[in-house]
Amino acid sequence: MKHRAVHQLRRAIGASTIRLPVRRCYSTHPPNARLNLPVDYATTPLLAHSSQAALSNKELPEDVRNGPTKKMNLFQAINDAMGIALAEDESVVVFGEDVAFGGVFRCTMKLADTHGAERVFNTPLTEQGIMGFGIGLAAEGMRPIAEIQFADYVYPAFDQLVNEAAKFRYRDGACGRSVGGLTVRMPCGGVGHGGLYHSQSPESLFTHIPGLRVIMPRSPAQAKGLLLAAIRSNDPCVFMEPKILYRAAVEQVPTGAYELPLSKAEVLKEGKDVTIISYGQPLYLCQSAIKQAERDLGISVELIDLRTVYPWDKKTVFESVRKTGRVMVVHESMVNAGIGAEVAAAIQEDPDTFLRLEAPVARVAGWSIHNPLIFEKFHLPDVARIYDNIKRVLDY
Amino acid sequence: MKSRALRHVALRRAALSRPQAVPFALRSASSLSQRPNSDFVSFPGALKSAFTTTLKFEAPESYPALPTYRVVDQHGTVVDESFKPDISDEEVIRLYKDMVFISIMDLIMFDAQRQGRLSFYMVSAGEEAVSIGSSSVLDREDVMFCQYREQGVFKERGWTAKEFMGQLFANKRDPGRGRSMPVHYGSKELNIHSISSPLATQLPQASGAAYALKMQRLQDPNVKPRVVAAFFGEGAASEGDFHAALNIAATRSCPVIFICRNNGYAISTPTLDQYRGDGIASRGIGYGIDTIRIDGNDIWAVREATKKAREMALQDGGKPVLIEAMTYRVSHHSTSDDSFAYRARVEVEDWKRRDNPITRLRKWMEAKGIWDETKEKEARDSLRKEILKAFSEAEREKKPPIRAMFEDVYEELTEDLKAQMAELKEMLDKYPEEYEVAEFEGGKDSLKP
Repeated sequence: MKHRAVHQLRRAIGASTIRLPVRRCYSTHPPNARLNLPVDYATTPLLAHSSQAALSNKELPEDVRNGPTKKMNLFQAINDAMGIALAEDESVVVFGEDVAFGGVFRCTMKLADTHGAERVFNTPLTEQGIMGFGIGLAAEGMRPIAEIQFADYVYPAFDQLVNEAAKFRYRDGACGRSVGGLTVRMPCGGVGHGGLYHSQSPESLFTHIPGLRVIMPRSPAQAKGLLLAAIRSNDPCVFMEPKILYRAAVEQVPTGAYELPLSKAEVLKEGKDVTIISYGQPLYLCQSAIKQAERDLGISVELIDLRTVYPWDKKTVFESVRKTGRVMVVHESMVNAGIGAEVAAAIQEDPDTFLRLEAPVARVAGWSIHNPLIFEKFHLPDVARIYDNIKRVLDY
Repeated sequence: MKSRALRHVALRRAALSRPQAVPFALRSASSLSQRPNSDFVSFPGALKSAFTTTLKFEAPESYPALPTYRVVDQHGTVVDESFKPDISDEEVIRLYKDMVFISIMDLIMFDAQRQGRLSFYMVSAGEEAVSIGSSSVLDREDVMFCQYREQGVFKERGWTAKEFMGQLFANKRDPGRGRSMPVHYGSKELNIHSISSPLATQLPQASGAAYALKMQRLQDPNVKPRVVAAFFGEGAASEGDFHAALNIAATRSCPVIFICRNNGYAISTPTLDQYRGDGIASRGIGYGIDTIRIDGNDIWAVREATKKAREMALQDGGKPVLIEAMTYRVSHHSTSDDSFAYRARVEVEDWKRRDNPITRLRKWMEAKGIWDETKEKEARDSLRKEILKAFSEAEREKKPPIRAMFEDVYEELTEDLKAQMAELKEMLDKYPEEYEVAEFEGGKDSLKP
């Protein structure tokens, strides 16, 4: 988030090469960097900068496509989705630590005011309690939206998620009860200075649990549609919000109520030489790396956003890989047993896709370490590493 | 332990960028200030505390143990003089028979497990009054969460031998579709959520479910007032979920009754290794929860306390209540446990002989002249027959279709699951000698797409 402040400052100063005479702070980049430049969210094609672009999404329902849009950042879009859910269904309740005054990331701003303190409320500081409470609400027919303040703090609730939420429908069997109404939101991912406990991306821990849907949006408009779909879904959903995008990613968001499909990937950019599969914030890094690689190497790269990381859209991925023959998976969390491992294994397992592979499946992800405060920029995938891996995959 | 550093950063930034915002919902506690010369504390964390100049730590032993409420003593004699039975003699006999039913089923199934005819079993001997007594004063539509030693609740709410056996033998009548271990009962009809093995997880769920009932009534005043009852043992109360559940139920004013069966042991662990406070009841007060300790071998005490607790739970827009029922686990923990490895046989025999919820009610009934030896024998014979009949029928019944193993993971079968189901079918086709499929309804054909 500081990233953005400094970036704006730089833009305000102008496009000149003035260097700040201060010692390097977290948000600066090396003076001669060509690849590892801050993401320019104001111009990236991954965000809809105009109303027209926002409404051109064919996944939107007709009435929404004919309706207005509004400029929102990620936290505002999430707030908008929850506001819609609370208004359209009285069984929706929102709770967690510090959500009543608006949330530490502002995602629940004014919701208590508009929908009442009985429906939007603080809980005591207990993640296992929040999750168990949400499961109980859902088991009795409500649609709870529980917030875990940081994904790094979901572990006390792990038992409730794994052994209870995920298995509830299965063990209830013919009784037919479930906690499908449950949605768990949690901010995740690197933020530049989050250190060990404000940076984690534990999505692959949840993708190893049958019964949960795990979703990570990349943009405001997408977050709104996917969150509404998650809230209305009859399976328990883990909704992970890249917190670095809360304020940074701004785009035109349709104001109507709409869902984007779960378990469906989105091809963001078509290409024929390499497929890059990612989700969440690293998509912007992929986009920057692709831009450079296409310019430098004269190739074309296909970029796919998984959106739902489990159950994930194999069909779209396989089709793309069969076309390009070269593929790379990019994510922030540790490379070992991450989403990349699952995607790569599935690709080589599918006979038709395996036969089309021209190079080993590459994984660009966090190293097998914890997220260290001052080393984050060497740890999380960056534009240079993605760029280099595109070259490696092509050179194989 | 959890760092809130970054949260504060976010908060501060928000406050800076929106100076006029946040006009609502801020707890007024933060605006309190300490009045000069006040005798009472005005710190937001404790508002009613008087200052003292005596340096004194509160010692648990300076407080007497919380008393244990009972109505009828070990001899079946009424000791609470204000007590009047609130149900007919026929109803009392029904509850008594429910208790006997559970105790007979326990013996039969324990032996059946020993013979290898089912994989596992847990008896509830010595604790029949807690489950049956409390269930009998709750409304049929009140929602229940059980731990696993509450067969009596299912019986009291109307389950038959056939339904118990269906689950125990995991046959096609098992509502859980053969997925859970024996004794992990569940029934939508009876409003009892399916039992899961992880201890205490049901407790914060009970708080949430109670909040749901409260909200549903707030949103539609025509909805009947209901409470949630949640059972757990004293061992489970050491889990973090117990703490979470009681605290959240108190802060959100949830109409939930927590019923602790304190039977002295968690598998081999005696209460002395479980806690050092005054049982579980003393904790309730710390959470701001109305609490009572009762004699769990006295079905009348259980009924009176639960009846009153239900009334209280619905007062003031809803609030939690804690009941600690003192009992003794007469049986082994489960069929996988030999409890004489950690406690003396004589101790168990003493409890069986001296005090037992079934004999206590029987003595009361005999004193009242509504029960005798002949009726006892008749009842035991017919219950035993009913159970054995259901037993042998259940054993012969088909198992649920193999397909059931893939269903209900998600609301609908995913593409992956469909593919895996087809793969399993292929295996069964290819290696027919390696798998026994005949006992499953529909054989391997249930795996067809």
